[in-house]
Amino acid sequence: MELTDFLQYGFIQRALIAGSFIGILCSTLGVFLVLRRFSLIGDGLAHATFGSVALAMLLKMSPLYISIPLVMICSLGILKLTEKARLYGDAAIGVVSSLGIAGGVMLASIAGGFNVDLFSYLFGSILSISKAEVIISIVLSVVVIMIIFFYYHDLLSITFDEDSAKASGINTKLINTIFVLLTAVTVVLSMKVVGIMLISALLIFPAVTALQIAKSFRTLMIAASFSAVISVVAGVIVSLHFDLPTGATIVIINFIFFISGLAYKRIIKV
Amino acid sequence: MPVDVLTVENLSFRYNSTDVLSSISFSVQAGDYIGLVGPNGSGKTTLIKIILGLLKPFSGDVRLFGDHINTFSGWDRIGYLPQKISSLNPRFPATVREIVAMGLLSKKGFPKYFNSADNTAVETTLSLLDIGDLKNKPIGELSGGQQQRVLVARAIVNNPEFLILDEPTAALDPEMRDRFFSLLEELNRKNNITIVIITHDVGNIGRYTSKMLYIDKKVVFYGSFDEFCSSGEITQIFGAFAQHIICHRHDPNLDFSSRKHGTD
Repeated sequence: MELTDFLQYGFIQRALIAGSFIGILCSTLGVFLVLRRFSLIGDGLAHATFGSVALAMLLKMSPLYISIPLVMICSLGILKLTEKARLYGDAAIGVVSSLGIAGGVMLASIAGGFNVDLFSYLFGSILSISKAEVIISIVLSVVVIMIIFFYYHDLLSITFDEDSAKASGINTKLINTIFVLLTAVTVVLSMKVVGIMLISALLIFPAVTALQIAKSFRTLMIAASFSAVISVVAGVIVSLHFDLPTGATIVIINFIFFISGLAYKRIIKV
Repeated sequence: MPVDVLTVENLSFRYNSTDVLSSISFSVQAGDYIGLVGPNGSGKTTLIKIILGLLKPFSGDVRLFGDHINTFSGWDRIGYLPQKISSLNPRFPATVREIVAMGLLSKKGFPKYFNSADNTAVETTLSLLDIGDLKNKPIGELSGGQQQRVLVARAIVNNPEFLILDEPTAALDPEMRDRFFSLLEELNRKNNITIVIITHDVGNIGRYTSKMLYIDKKVVFYGSFDEFCSSGEITQIFGAFAQHIICHRHDPNLDFSSRKHGTD
């Protein structure tokens, strides 16, 4: 089948549009997460998303509407555990992560076991994304990217040196709160693209790939976004052509980009 | 009556039930250039972090420009250089220009963006520190001394009234260190910038500062360098011989002129 044939299908168009927006969103946020050594928050919140999806299914509601507020609360929980309980970031993520999985398994058990729907969220089903989900993804992606744009300099300053940022009057508490809330929304939006199990790949891979080639923060953001969009588009097309699982294919292509970036840095530039 | 730039009153700080600072009191007037010295673990960095509102004191008060630290909002009047150059991510993908521009954020409203005047301020500051040619280089590609100068540029790009520096010369070679101390002296004298600088370089800093503050969990000495040299408390700490060596190096007749050759 030719590329143009693929693009005639509505479900593929929807997958590419939603996937590209979410790719840009994840890579933009991922750059800050990776540099702040907080990238595994994606994994932790993804596990919390699993619990919230199980709850949504038990209540027979749309997972998006249940997951977004619940995962936002979990993200604030991670922040408070690091600030108030003085846990290290990874330990706080571990607490919320395991609680999310345990809650999900328990709720799925109450609901009579795992069903096909829950598995589609675990491993992604971008090709089954609905029109409404595309619109929600676009709107929320634009909102999140706008917020990052408005707080770009604050985020950059905090990412480089939080103490100095605070001493220059930046409200680091507010920015950190906004940041984890945006991460929560992003993780929930991404679950359809690559699945709960692979969300952190969308956050981490474009950032670490771009880090191999970027010479400034601005080029880092642009390179990460390009890497994310191309891997999502290529992942959708390759998975259809070879009849492979889409989410996993997107992650593998991201990995190939990362290895290529690493090779470029090691072989060509040095 | 002029308002003190900084007033610290009866300040104490504890960490895990251990006293880190105890009943610290001193004030800094506009135009002061203060060398904050003391042994490792004496609480110098903790004191600076409390002054900047990064740590909450166990008891006591801090006032900046007359305002209590909890209500102080004039952060654009303060420049800060943290100690931890070594703990910065060496692969941080930002250019020198991007890092230095961060120092201008305290003057910005919402949303923050930079204009041509900001770019000029960045360029001028980089030239002042002799790193204008590095402006588009990623900070990770610079040497430790160059990185330190970038962070100094970030601290002073905003033309602060009060500059706080935590061991700014740790990564600098002796020539650059002397040039740096001279630059601070010039900023202090010409621009009337009040400076507090933490350093272990007791002998050298005395040539430039107007006052010395020696702390070791509490204030041991606060006064001029001449008083420092004749202080009995300091003799007890360093011993008469070491105190003589420190103050001897301070003698302008002995080495100041030769130093000037090195700095010009």
